[in-house]
Amino acid sequence: MTPFQVFLQQLANGLTIGSIYALIALGYTMVYGVIQLINFAHGEVFMVGAYVGLSACLWLGLEGVAPGGAMAWGFVGVVGASILGCALLGLAVERLAYRPLRRAPRLTALITAIGLSFFLQNAVMLVYGATDRRFPALVPSVRWNLGGATVTTLQLVIWAAAGLMMAGLQVLVMRTRLGKAMRATAQDPTACWLLGIPVDRIISVTFAIGSSLAAVGGVLFGLYYHTVNFHDGYLIGLKAFTAAVLGGIGNIPGAMVGGLLLGVLETLGAGYLSAQWKHVFAFVVLVVLLLFKPTGLLGERVADRA
Amino acid sequence: MLALSGVVAGYGQTACLKGVDVEVRPGEIVALLGANGAGKTTTLMAISGLVRPRQGAITFEGVRLNGLAPEAIAALGVGHVPEGRRVFTRLTVLENLHLGAYLQRDRRARDEDLRRMWELFPVLRSRQHQLAGTLSGGEQQMLAMARGLMARPKLLLLDEPSLGLAPKLVRAVFDIIVRINAGGTAILLVEQNARMALTVSHRGYILETGAVALCDSAKALAGNPHVKSAYLGG
Repeated sequence: MTPFQVFLQQLANGLTIGSIYALIALGYTMVYGVIQLINFAHGEVFMVGAYVGLSACLWLGLEGVAPGGAMAWGFVGVVGASILGCALLGLAVERLAYRPLRRAPRLTALITAIGLSFFLQNAVMLVYGATDRRFPALVPSVRWNLGGATVTTLQLVIWAAAGLMMAGLQVLVMRTRLGKAMRATAQDPTACWLLGIPVDRIISVTFAIGSSLAAVGGVLFGLYYHTVNFHDGYLIGLKAFTAAVLGGIGNIPGAMVGGLLLGVLETLGAGYLSAQWKHVFAFVVLVVLLLFKPTGLLGERVADRA
Repeated sequence: MLALSGVVAGYGQTACLKGVDVEVRPGEIVALLGANGAGKTTTLMAISGLVRPRQGAITFEGVRLNGLAPEAIAALGVGHVPEGRRVFTRLTVLENLHLGAYLQRDRRARDEDLRRMWELFPVLRSRQHQLAGTLSGGEQQMLAMARGLMARPKLLLLDEPSLGLAPKLVRAVFDIIVRINAGGTAILLVEQNARMALTVSHRGYILETGAVALCDSAKALAGNPHVKSAYLGG
């Protein structure tokens, strides 16, 4: 491999994990946008998404099924089950844990989020056990040559799924009635009430959508790394949060860019410098960025004129 | 159409309203005047549900509003253009107006209302794709009023619509208030600019420290010596 091919390979791998970071980062940034809360339990929602996907695989009997139509439908079913499970979890989390604290000091909600995170980790550990669980391979492992880099079918699927979800989200947020209401709620909930916009319902839907994106991220993560563990949500969640801050917390395109960028930088750092320091790069990037541009890459705001 | 009787409301321990009685009849413009801190804004907030009344009753077309959520009150036909305009600065003018019509599921009716707004506020039409935050103060006031009208309210609460505007724009805003009213919408108007408010209103209330001190026709209030010296600058 020429040095350029090596670089391309790193880039492809970085974009893959970056796509997963981006999907999760969107949930952090959307929830922060509407209620200014860092939902630290969001990483756990991602992890639950992976486990719901695993259960769906086992329930549908997809372990070791030959590639083909049945498997493609199986993949859709697994993703669908995971989205449904996580959307319900997101709704429950918002309704039971955060809504009663809507008027409480922000620190209260933040600590609740951390507590919820421990609760979800341990609940999953009780149900599925503490050891790594194997995630069935749903996507046939065909290798493609992409300008010198080797890309698996799974990577293509991850890019396509993440791209599709993000494009769908962008349309939803920018074009639909619900999306406009979400952006308006993010800016001024009181003004929304006066217009008859059901702010509580908009917040619920925001949690459901963010959790659905994390669910897709969870299934893709399980497929990519072949195993899932109950504490996967912690580090991946923290990195996705980093990605959201990198792009500018509250900014939806920022979370997408931040996720992809973080994945690429981390992979390049691990490849060219030292693999042991892989996790350190992500956070060094964050610290450096915050030093020079505390609002994140796309976090600039239009001046509010009175 | 709207009746407040003995409304007590406030924030925390203090009661800003100590028993307010106000009535708005169909087709009226009613001015709510008073010094800073007299309770004008709190009265509007109590009507639209942003502040919960502790005592008294607020009814709108026979429906008791006490304890209803703000979005439910808006759905009954009470529009509220809050103090400081509060337009969505990071959304476009058109998006702001669409959000005003959030409860209007009929697209044709919504687009018809939009056309009426362009007629009433031509400046908004030429700026419809601009972010609301880039508008001038007067334009933002126009947008806030248009946004409030998109829901086709039967009663519109206007809180300080002329605040911070140049004299020429103040006149334009009051002209529009009269035109909105001519279309059949009742208006409860809170204003610092008592002189202008009384020229467009049918009736008026003077609030002093959380209670109604005076209530009369606008003409009578404008001629009242106490009102003249305290609110109309002598």
